[in-house]
Amino acid sequence: MAKRTTTAKASPKPAAPVAAAASDAERTLHMSLLRSMLLQRRFEERCAEAYAIGRIGGFCHLYIGQEAVSTGTLSHLRPDDYMITTYRDHGQALARGLTPRSVMAELFGRVDGCAGGKGGSMHMFDKATGFLGGHGIVGGHLPIATGVGFAIKYRGGDQVICCLFGEAAVNNGAFHESLNMAALWKLPVIFIIENNRYGMGTAVERASAINDIYQRASSYDMHRGVVDGQDVLAVRAAIDEAVTRARTEQSPTLLEMRTYRFMGHSMSDAVSGTYRSKAELDEYLKRDPIALLRAHMEERGTLTEQVMQELDTELKAIVQDAWDFAEASPEPPLEALMENVYVDTTSDTGNAAGAWS
Amino acid sequence: MAIITYRDALNQALREEMQRDARVFLMGEEVGVYQGAYKVSKGLLQEFGEMRVVDTPITELGFAGVGVGAAMVGLRPVIEFMTWNFALLALDQVVNAAAKMLYMSGGQFNIPMVFRGPNGAALQLGAQHSQAWESWLAHIPGLKVVAPGTPYDAKGLLKAAIRDDNPVCVLEGEMLYNNKGEVPDGEYIVPLGVADLKRKGEHATIVTWGKQVLVAMAAADQLAKDGITIDVVDLRSIRPLDERAIIDSVRKTNRCVVLEEGWYFAGVGAQITDLVQRECFDDLDSPVIRVTQADAPMPYAKGLEKAAKADMPKTIAAVRRALYLD
Repeated sequence: MAKRTTTAKASPKPAAPVAAAASDAERTLHMSLLRSMLLQRRFEERCAEAYAIGRIGGFCHLYIGQEAVSTGTLSHLRPDDYMITTYRDHGQALARGLTPRSVMAELFGRVDGCAGGKGGSMHMFDKATGFLGGHGIVGGHLPIATGVGFAIKYRGGDQVICCLFGEAAVNNGAFHESLNMAALWKLPVIFIIENNRYGMGTAVERASAINDIYQRASSYDMHRGVVDGQDVLAVRAAIDEAVTRARTEQSPTLLEMRTYRFMGHSMSDAVSGTYRSKAELDEYLKRDPIALLRAHMEERGTLTEQVMQELDTELKAIVQDAWDFAEASPEPPLEALMENVYVDTTSDTGNAAGAWS
Repeated sequence: MAIITYRDALNQALREEMQRDARVFLMGEEVGVYQGAYKVSKGLLQEFGEMRVVDTPITELGFAGVGVGAAMVGLRPVIEFMTWNFALLALDQVVNAAAKMLYMSGGQFNIPMVFRGPNGAALQLGAQHSQAWESWLAHIPGLKVVAPGTPYDAKGLLKAAIRDDNPVCVLEGEMLYNNKGEVPDGEYIVPLGVADLKRKGEHATIVTWGKQVLVAMAAADQLAKDGITIDVVDLRSIRPLDERAIIDSVRKTNRCVVLEEGWYFAGVGAQITDLVQRECFDDLDSPVIRVTQADAPMPYAKGLEKAAKADMPKTIAAVRRALYLD
């Protein structure tokens, strides 16, 4: 078990020291984490509303309950690092720094969306922040992440790519192929399983032959760990270790973040009743990642009720602004239909010297 | 002009483009140490090293996706499938990722990459190794598809494909690798989407591509003995399609035979027939006739395999029918 990473076990309390008084750095960090998670929460609550009145169409998968994973992960990345994810991608896009306006406009199918209205809920993209997409085929983006890791190594850089996916993807062949190559070639890829317990309506125990799915990495002699995915500080600690390993050793890691989605799989799925019970949901609601951080901050003296209320008010206003912006943004003109099928360029000059852009 | 094999023409294209652009790399099964299952990559590992000539595990979906990811962040991968039959395992990456990334990202991420390898049947390889995939691939908006039939076109098209900023599928032919032809000594490319009139005639047009170009040329030789002269339109690119070249030829000859390696139902020939009936309706003296593989999986037995393939005698018979000679 030499490669098993040490990580926090699931526990109701965040694993942080409680003895010394909070420093300014701790206060700043905690506030930024809280802000990131609460923005996602408030944003997606409005997404549900927008879906109900038809502003958002198609499939829409909410991330509510899982915000500690996106925030904890992305708070550790550099601006030149990369990030790729699955179709449950609104929260992660916000955590990566896409503006609420561009994400909401994309959800509304408008020209000012981050993909010009052509992607939608499942396909957020933003080149500027290295956000390489929300992808709609389970497991399909894992080989792509591996390729980004290959490119980083090819160019001799020290960037990393974080690849997030649900626990159901580990049963897909693409998972095996990707982890094998990433380990074989020592690529700086951090594979992050967001184990929210259900692949749509199928519980992990009904889909995977082993329950500790992070142990699948042992097949590839890959570093691995299991993390309390409701504890943003534990997520950060685990990502810190994995990012350092990726940057310095160009070595991949598989992390299983144990989390829970508080909403249904998509908007057509009841929150509970068929494949999971109300009692189970209620039990997990006690471990709301935002409430956990808030409690921790109050204990540490880094958050007051008044500051919390001010933050909440500010974020609700930001989300309202995003809504208003999206509503005012035009629908794509019909000419856009046939644009972006192909580019009409070629590499006329080559790049014999290997000057990377 | 040197006379070289189709295999060496592809090898030259890869070598020249890798010399020209450090972002270009070759990845696939047996491309490095083994020097290529069909020796197309002979010598490249020695010249460019193992970071740029990458042997993969047998993991088509995986390494096709590695190419897509590398292309998303600025490299220019050439992904070799040992045959396109194996690429079926990778189609999620070809179709759902490479072909759609530009569109669903609203124009932010183009995918400058090449998927290449032999397509279609060789000899007695049975049902799973003898399939021509161009109609599947050409069906997908976002992909370009080329099928060179000669060494000259193989080199020129592969170079153009590597320089193109879109994903391009290059369909080669196992039975073509040893064929020889003239290839210029200097630099040249064959632009994508431009057909080549391989032979000029008066009485009928044969539209074809890839290895069937050789079948069409042989059929035209035979027909010439009976005084029947043929326009052989080698599409070279299936998508984008050089519609003008087809239309101009059919308007001249007034008769059209489409010769393809793959199956009849929903084949590329159906698309060309649609074009011809729409654009040349008043020019046609007979219906468009399609020559295709029999509508069955490829059999192993020699006689059955021969009967299944779209060969020279069937092509000659089709032209004669178009001319109402039989």
